[in-house]
Amino acid sequence: MREIEFDEVVKAVRDIIVHCGTDLPQDTYDALKEAMENEKSLVSKEVIRQILENADIAKDEKRPLCQDTGLAVFFVKVGDEVRIKGGLLRDAINKGTEQGYKDAYLRASTCEPFSRANLKDTVGYNLPAIIHFDIVAGDKIDIEYAAKGGGSENVSRARVFPPAAGKEGIIEYVKEVISDAGGNPCPPITVGVGIGGTFEKACISSKHALFRDIGSVNEDPEMAEMEGNILEEINKLGIGAMGMGGTKTALAVHIESNPCHIASLPVSVNVQCHSSRHTHITI
Amino acid sequence: MANYTLTTPLTSEDTRQLKAGDTVLLNGTIYTARDAAHKRLVELLEKGEELPFDIEGSVIYFVGPTPPKPGDPIGSAGPTTSYRMDSYSPTMLQYGSKGMIGKGKRNQVVKDACKEYDGIYFGATGGAGALLGKKITSAEVIAYPELGPEAVRKITVKDFPVTVINDTYGNDLYQMGREQYEVKD
Repeated sequence: MREIEFDEVVKAVRDIIVHCGTDLPQDTYDALKEAMENEKSLVSKEVIRQILENADIAKDEKRPLCQDTGLAVFFVKVGDEVRIKGGLLRDAINKGTEQGYKDAYLRASTCEPFSRANLKDTVGYNLPAIIHFDIVAGDKIDIEYAAKGGGSENVSRARVFPPAAGKEGIIEYVKEVISDAGGNPCPPITVGVGIGGTFEKACISSKHALFRDIGSVNEDPEMAEMEGNILEEINKLGIGAMGMGGTKTALAVHIESNPCHIASLPVSVNVQCHSSRHTHITI
Repeated sequence: MANYTLTTPLTSEDTRQLKAGDTVLLNGTIYTARDAAHKRLVELLEKGEELPFDIEGSVIYFVGPTPPKPGDPIGSAGPTTSYRMDSYSPTMLQYGSKGMIGKGKRNQVVKDACKEYDGIYFGATGGAGALLGKKITSAEVIAYPELGPEAVRKITVKDFPVTVINDTYGNDLYQMGREQYEVKD
């Protein structure tokens, strides 16, 4: 059994949060650059130019990319031959989150649902983090992290279709969600689509799909083809960067598909803004 | 589409020359407020009480900045999604405010109020918080400090880049832009 010090996890989590707050990942930066070059609308082209300039300033001067520094979302795979020495893994991730958000001058955006009171004085600075655990074989801990902003989360939707809806029904649904969202989720966006499983499995899959690098290819050729089809349809909507009209509304569509009940076809659409701050570490 | 440089407070003369799609560099004093602050400001107006700032010709920026780093006036400060202010903005315009800065579409009531009261809805680039924060040269909390990032701040901006989304003639850049680039099968 391998032992990992509690504080080692805290520091690793703190470091990725600080890094992601100010440094746009290379996959996102490259995708935006390509979008700017291919965008037909001059207004949208200028918006993407500002987004890239913003990324350069944020990186050089260590300023948060966006004032919405998100809720901290983690997908954690814990090896069955590893244990944390000196505390619980969940507590270590939360502690690292709080330290990272404080150290990098990121905004605490968590609040109580109805009083809207900010939880930083009670629960902790931008706590609790949203953590999805899984147990796998091995003696390592694999941590995927993304900062998830509110504007793009607010347009996300899920629905359980009858099986007859099929691929066409899903494509129409994703189009409808993105069309209704317009410029609100800060396009050019990444669209995560969770298909199958149960209601909540589809939702979690659509979230996890956003953690994949933009430009990566789906291992399932059928899903890869469907991703391409949906992306094409979305970019026909004309929404453009920040909704100002244009040809690049989405940078990518990522699908995660799961087996589902014979009676159901669950679908979830989770959207990430152009500031797709995500990373991945193994301890 | 034209480019303008304007200094606040704005007059009807300033706002009536602007058309959806124009770009503007804003200078001078503007005020920050999100949903929670708007609720309180509109309650004051409806009770006939004084606002913590002069509303005549004012420009309101929908933003909740990050905490400033030591030595900076403000942290990253890009726009938040504006529809959450839709129920308050018409009252603000009615009492003399002339501009709003945010991102995302507004409802018809807001667009109508822009026509009626010579108001402009400007869009700033969402997610460009570092860039936009640097255009803010001073910031001071003037009301509701307990709201944290949502407190009302008096800020000074220099060449703050915005685009006219809704003008005083009922035009909407989001609709116009989308119609231009939508591909129908």
